[in-house]
Amino acid sequence: MSQYILRRIAIAFPLILAVTTVVFVMLRVALPGDPAQIMAGDRASPEQIEIIRRKLGLDRPVFEQYLIFLRNFAGGDLGRSVKFREPVMGVIARAFPFTVTLTALSVAVGTTIGLAIGILTAVYQRTWVDNVGIVVTVFFFSIPTFWLGLMLILIFSVGLRVLPVQGAGSWRHFVLPVATLAVGQSALIARLTRSSMIEVLSADYVRTARAKGLARRQVLGRHALRNTLIPVITVVGLSVGGLLGGAVITESIFGLPGVGRLAIDAISNRDYPMIQGAVILVAASFVFVNLIVDIIYAFVDPRIRYA
Amino acid sequence: MPEADLALEQGRPSGLYQLVLLKFARNRVALFGLGCLLLMLLAIMLAPLVTPYDPIQKNTPERNEPPSLRHPFGTDKLGRDIMSRVLYGGRVSLRVGFLSVGLAVIVSAPLGLIAGFFGGFADNAIMRVMDLILAFPGLILAIWLVSLLGANINNVIIAIAFFSVPTFSRLIRGITLSIREMEYVMAARGMGAGSLRIMFFHILPGVLGPMIVLTTLGVSGAIVAGASLSFLGLGVRPPTPEWGAMLADGRNYLRTQWWIAVFPGMTITLVVLILNIIGDALRDALDPNVRA
Repeated sequence: MSQYILRRIAIAFPLILAVTTVVFVMLRVALPGDPAQIMAGDRASPEQIEIIRRKLGLDRPVFEQYLIFLRNFAGGDLGRSVKFREPVMGVIARAFPFTVTLTALSVAVGTTIGLAIGILTAVYQRTWVDNVGIVVTVFFFSIPTFWLGLMLILIFSVGLRVLPVQGAGSWRHFVLPVATLAVGQSALIARLTRSSMIEVLSADYVRTARAKGLARRQVLGRHALRNTLIPVITVVGLSVGGLLGGAVITESIFGLPGVGRLAIDAISNRDYPMIQGAVILVAASFVFVNLIVDIIYAFVDPRIRYA
Repeated sequence: MPEADLALEQGRPSGLYQLVLLKFARNRVALFGLGCLLLMLLAIMLAPLVTPYDPIQKNTPERNEPPSLRHPFGTDKLGRDIMSRVLYGGRVSLRVGFLSVGLAVIVSAPLGLIAGFFGGFADNAIMRVMDLILAFPGLILAIWLVSLLGANINNVIIAIAFFSVPTFSRLIRGITLSIREMEYVMAARGMGAGSLRIMFFHILPGVLGPMIVLTTLGVSGAIVAGASLSFLGLGVRPPTPEWGAMLADGRNYLRTQWWIAVFPGMTITLVVLILNIIGDALRDALDPNVRA
């Protein structure tokens, strides 16, 4: 077990290193425009631009810049934001809690609802419960987040006037964004849980459990549900990782100052250090979350011990 | 017993895909969806015949009109008919959906086949690169790519294809792996078939079914991704109509002119819903464990 975990951790580090390298290369080589010029503004003299360029280390060879960048990154320094004129780490540290809260709440709410629907539809397979469940989940699965978000605003903020449209001041500001993301999450989990549960219910050990006279509740709760959850854990992990960076649209609709919105703003402002920091941070947390999922997996499913 | 199952039981010599079609045809919801989708495609293609209004030309005297018989979806702040814009905008959104998925399939099919079939170094090399792409948050990656390449519809297509490739090749690789171990592949090898021949004539047909399902579901995902990018202002430039851009436009008038955002969004949802229903039905039809 510990060997498997160590192996998994050993794989994660090169991946993060590769991610940072790709981000670095794309920003230095591919982005149009000169960061020093952008930082200095339109009316700066060539001398001023040159000073800034030297301050940022942009006058050195690219490879040297890369080594410096790696050294700083290892020390937790992602450079200074051009727009905010302060360390990137600080700006991200302020935005991160919003994204984490949004992600955690929507995954929790969505997964709970999704599990309930998935289990119900699997247990009552081929009845009206199942049919209604399938229709609801395919619909939830199909609504694009940006439209759902706008419709929730239209209904609850413009129409009923019970919830605020934008901002992040109180818990009330989180209700609509969480609902927006939880709908898709619940559909995803419900569909997966249903098919996984149906498969498990037809397994031999479930028939054995039934045959030896266990109560239905025990068969479902102890034998079926546990094994149903195995694939669900992976997807929950993937969606946590995905939402940390993918809540861009929701954050921008509801004016939540999270990491996704920060990344978008940084891209449109050509705030290089900021883009670099946000993308690396999101990618790193994605890798990290998947690492944790894999480790949980090894505990939950004894069949998995990749030699 | 349904006909498809009967045919299976009796071992009647009808091809796999014939059975799949038969099973699909029994799914009334999916058939109805397919009919609606074809109707919508027709309306979008024949937009000039369906609607008399120009999607771009300003018509200020009729601006901000709520839905009526004259303008079923209402008009926007420049007096343009929303229904015309939805129909013409569909051309862009659907093009993004189909082209980006097509591009992704063309790139990922050989990658997945090679990785799954040859294994070893090729597999490792290809799949590690895919892992690397997957480690980036999809939408941010797409936004970033579009802003690097320039905000226009072709780059949106490229960006969406780019972040779809890892998922597609993973799936194709997985199926290839399982087919590679089948006896008929071994038989073909025993008869002296080369790797290329086995890949194209023995493995590819087996991959085709799941690939069709993936493509259908992929198109709906790509339409949403394309609309998301346009919603964020990357993609088409005004005044060109596109569903996501129209939503972004209507977003600021929710309080007063709700119809500007509601109808384009409803159209996207409907198209995506239908594509997902068809994709699910195809998957069920291809799954021998699901009865017709």
